Amino acid sequence: MTQGDAALLDVNRLSLDFGSPRGRVHALRDVTVSVPKGRIVGVVGESGCGKSTLAFAIIRLLAGNAEVTGGEIVFEGQNLLDLNARQMRALRGQRMSMIFQDPMTALNPIRTIEQQMVDIQYRAPGGQAGKRRHAAEALDRVGIPDPESRLQAYPHQFSGGMRQRICIAMALLVEPALLLADEPTTALDATLEVQIIDLLKDLQRDIGCSVLFVSHHLGTVAELCDDVVVMYAGEVVERGSVRDIFNNPGHPYTQALLQCDPGRIRERTRHLPTIPGNVPNLLGMPRGCIFKDRCPHVFDRCRHERPAHHAIATDGHTASCHLLDQTAEAPA
Amino acid sequence: MSALLDVENLRVRFRSLGMLRALATGVDDPFIDAVCDVSFQVREGETLGLVGESGSGKSTIARTIMGLTPAHDGSSIRFGGDELVGLPQRSFTAHRRHMTMMFQDPVGSLSPRLTVRSLVTEPFKIHGITGRDLDKEAKRLLEMVGLTEDFARRFPHQLSGGQARRVGVARALALDPKLIIADEPTAGLDVSVQGEVLNLLARLQDELGIAILIITHNLNVVRHITDRMAIMYLGRFVEQGPTEDIFHNPRHPYTEALLSANPEPDPDARKNRVEIKGEVPSLMNRPQGCEFHNRCNYAQDLCRRKAPGVSDAGDGHVYTCHFPLDGG
Repeated sequence: MTQGDAALLDVNRLSLDFGSPRGRVHALRDVTVSVPKGRIVGVVGESGCGKSTLAFAIIRLLAGNAEVTGGEIVFEGQNLLDLNARQMRALRGQRMSMIFQDPMTALNPIRTIEQQMVDIQYRAPGGQAGKRRHAAEALDRVGIPDPESRLQAYPHQFSGGMRQRICIAMALLVEPALLLADEPTTALDATLEVQIIDLLKDLQRDIGCSVLFVSHHLGTVAELCDDVVVMYAGEVVERGSVRDIFNNPGHPYTQALLQCDPGRIRERTRHLPTIPGNVPNLLGMPRGCIFKDRCPHVFDRCRHERPAHHAIATDGHTASCHLLDQTAEAPA
Repeated sequence: MSALLDVENLRVRFRSLGMLRALATGVDDPFIDAVCDVSFQVREGETLGLVGESGSGKSTIARTIMGLTPAHDGSSIRFGGDELVGLPQRSFTAHRRHMTMMFQDPVGSLSPRLTVRSLVTEPFKIHGITGRDLDKEAKRLLEMVGLTEDFARRFPHQLSGGQARRVGVARALALDPKLIIADEPTAGLDVSVQGEVLNLLARLQDELGIAILIITHNLNVVRHITDRMAIMYLGRFVEQGPTEDIFHNPRHPYTEALLSANPEPDPDARKNRVEIKGEVPSLMNRPQGCEFHNRCNYAQDLCRRKAPGVSDAGDGHVYTCHFPLDGG
């Protein structure tokens, strides 16, 4: 990914712990992600890899037991970790907004769509009528038929796909610079999923905002994103353009993850590939490479030295694996 | 192969309005058909996949076969030759020994207060099977699903999603069933764990000759593990047949749309997909004629007026459409 002045958001070596009765869970370790202006960056990984934690850390909606232990989150030139709660609130729903996984719980069930959509424009000048019109326009833009009368409806009167459209309308009402999307299509059916992806793509193009798209679904990421970051057990193991990641994966974990997806297996098979072993426990700080216990190519160096990110063929494509270290001798 | 499970004209109705409310609003039919005129067979040792979007009636079919939801008059469910519809609860229990169900949520379907040992040996108690060494049985069942003996002492909250799913499989296997009904067995699991669970089911099927009815919305899963599949829309089967045949040669426009709605994990495959408009209509307000016509890209006048009958494309591949897609 290109660094420098084109980046809207730069997460630099972010580390974050959760306090728990059994000790500190190192949920994010040295996570570096860059979101350039006007691009869609996908964060993929399996459950518990820290991808949602990253999104929640950026917009600062984490639970009270979360503690940032290092790094910085630079958004539009300022480090978000230096801001107080009031300054952070001024950014949320203005410069950055978020779409959540479950569109039912994201909306208030006892207030009409109109009330909720007018409320979130509390910063905007002007009267109720203007805000109401603005809300209706936003609903129209996300493809809700007859928006004027639908404003009076309550969330339960909409289907799941419609609710997610409303959430997207609300998130994009203010035309934010950055949209964080946390698995926005996971709760939806396949035919709705593609509708929502196409909608997000169109709106992103219209508004020109950047999107950080968190998903465990490789198909949606391949479809929607420009750049991809692969996370495993709280670390970024690989990053690159969507073509680099899907066509030329460098990290053994990315390779294994892609192999496991039944959608990529052309020949019909009764025996699907899996990744043996389990995700490491993040309570202790593991030594060496985070993927060493499950890696088919593991060698001695992996067990005691944590790999750095090494460049792979094309620009901006890097993976944290000793095998890619050109300066070292190849393992025997 | 003979049919182990034979479902004919299955209809399941739910009351959608209370009696008073129906009277007050003048609705003469306060029921909805969650499942409507569904017929299919599951043969011994084969895997049938039920595919459809949420609310299409997949899980209702599973629950009705298990006797958890009553079927409407005129339906027939024969299991191993015996009619199950209208059977009193007590006689039903005897049949339930031979078919088991794996519920959707792997952790939520296990009682949080029971150990894994109690969970996997519970079926013996329920069916009054005594005289077995339960410790030995627990060990045997856990081994079958690839878990070590140590797991017997654990509680569900100490299991990962994949492990909990394995316990669910072990529990389903306890009484040597002939049929396993798996309702979204891999929903919520990561791809690597999903493979483990599906491989386990495939291995057990090969070893024990169990028939599997798998309910899922994941078409990639269906393609790899099922022999035949059926596609549901608004409580009806719109297409049914051999899995390979349906993937290569879908006849119903809904099947085509569903197959192409499957986002492929390949950035160069951003294909021209067949997108369907709108959302699934409400069961309370079924469209006239073909029920898919208002979302169908090929709908013609006839589709709005007349519901299509069942057509046969050979080899057990059947569909309901006036203007089926040409293969190729």
